[in-house]
Amino acid sequence: MEKKIRVLVAKPGLDGHDRGAKVIARALRDDGMEVIYTGLRQTPEQIVDAAIQEDADVIAMSILSGAHNHLFPRVTELLADKGVDDVLVLGGGVIPEDDIPFLKGKGIAAVFGPGTPTKATIEFIRANLKRS
Amino acid sequence: MEADSRAARVVAGEVRALARLITGLENGESQANLVMRILAARPRRAQVIGITGPPGSGKSTLTDKMIAALRKRGARVGILAVDPSSPFTGGAILGDRLRMQDHATDPGVFIRSLASRGHLGGISRATHSAARALDAAGYDFVIIETVGVGQSEVDVVRVADTVVLVAVPGLGDDIQVIKAGIMEIGDVFVVNKADRDGADRVVREIRSMLETAAALRRGSLPVRAAVDTLGGRIAPLSADQEHAAWAAARAVAAEADARLMPPVLKTNAGTGEGVEALVEAVAAHRRAAQASGSLEARRLEGARTELRSLVEERLDAALNEGEGGQRAIALAKAVAAGEVDAWTASTELIGLLIQGGKA
Ligand SMILES: Nc1nc2c(ncn2[C@@H]2O[C@H](COP(=O)(O)OP(=O)(O)OP(=O)(O)O)[C@@H](O)[C@H]2O)c(=O)[nH]1
Ligand SMILES: [Mg+2]
Repeated sequence: MEKKIRVLVAKPGLDGHDRGAKVIARALRDDGMEVIYTGLRQTPEQIVDAAIQEDADVIAMSILSGAHNHLFPRVTELLADKGVDDVLVLGGGVIPEDDIPFLKGKGIAAVFGPGTPTKATIEFIRANLKRS
Repeated sequence: MEADSRAARVVAGEVRALARLITGLENGESQANLVMRILAARPRRAQVIGITGPPGSGKSTLTDKMIAALRKRGARVGILAVDPSSPFTGGAILGDRLRMQDHATDPGVFIRSLASRGHLGGISRATHSAARALDAAGYDFVIIETVGVGQSEVDVVRVADTVVLVAVPGLGDDIQVIKAGIMEIGDVFVVNKADRDGADRVVREIRSMLETAAALRRGSLPVRAAVDTLGGRIAPLSADQEHAAWAAARAVAAEADARLMPPVLKTNAGTGEGVEALVEAVAAHRRAAQASGSLEARRLEGARTELRSLVEERLDAALNEGEGGQRAIALAKAVAAGEVDAWTASTELIGLLIQGGKA
């Protein structure tokens, strides 16, 4: 049996809609991945515990509200606290260019802006999985 | 041995070890099967509850509220939530968990989404063994939410001790009451979305179906005839048809029917109304099934089916891969060329598969 790539898609923070997250969820599914969709207003704690229970290979988060510099690093911190070092963490949404180096320093492997073609995200995931 | 330490970590309640094991079972990893060999030797303790019903009937929301009710009683709860895989891409969007995320950080709750991966019975191939893994990890209750079902997805009855069948008002006459084939697997019936119009009517329709079914089980010829005249159609019925079916069923269903009748409850999963009663009804069913021996019989039947499908799957795999696969092709050519008959060729293949331990 073939191993499936499992991706947890979550919206941390207080954003009011999740259209963008749903678009990426569908694109990943159409590429053959299994997407666990957790929806709006997720805390970093919920995201990390869910990712562990779901044995996700990837956590993909999106934020529009501007709280990314706080919430994205909180997720990677919690993962590290729990000894999880093999999950690829991606960020998306409305993220100013200037914040990207900071986020990468905090363990967010890539940051995808609103205009990113879904294909780029898919290729990035396939090329950068931390487990085989 | 690695399998021993992995099994020990699962039993000790290590969430990551459990999550990894379930992935291994989904992917058919041999190492995961070795871990299950160790875990299967442990006594079964968990009560396994299946939640099934049409798409969107509120199964996940109901599960969320059942988790809360069971947690209040101090029980640990594991959930396996199955959603369909796309037949085209093999991918899936697993959205059941969305409704249960309030419990994500509760250490007494473990929620795992499973894709059906081409399996058609409403659950996935790995669901049996994943449920057993949750049991070994110390969860007192295992709740299995099936794919939103139509009429033939009844595999959950092979895994669950108690099956909760969820119906709703307002889906249109044909689907709001569940199809006859699937009615048979319900141990407890729920009409969810009781805040909507028509819930009482759905309760009545389910009761009448159950009464008819109970009467049929007694071999009541008049009722069988009545149902036959309805052409197997359950809803919608004209007033006359309904009246005739009810009258016939009542005539033969004796007072004892009330006792044999599965409960039909109303819930509002949005508010949690009715969920306490549901949890009680599930517990009562399990107690009765244990006392009557039907729990044991059902588990035996479940094991039988599981075993059968495993044998089929492994033989099938062995016939399509490696040495067995090559020999199968060679023999097929020989059969086509008339050099050997199919029966003899199949005997050779079976021998080869068993000997090689490939299957
Ligand atoms: N009014 C009302 N809405 C409800 C109730 N229970 C669930 N819903 C809503 O019905 C919709 C579907 O609920 P889910 O729990 O996702 O249904 P499901 O059966 O798990 O759906 P699938 O897994 O997709 O088959 C959601 O919008 C719920 O909020 C209820 O008792 N009353
Ligand atoms: Mg659901």
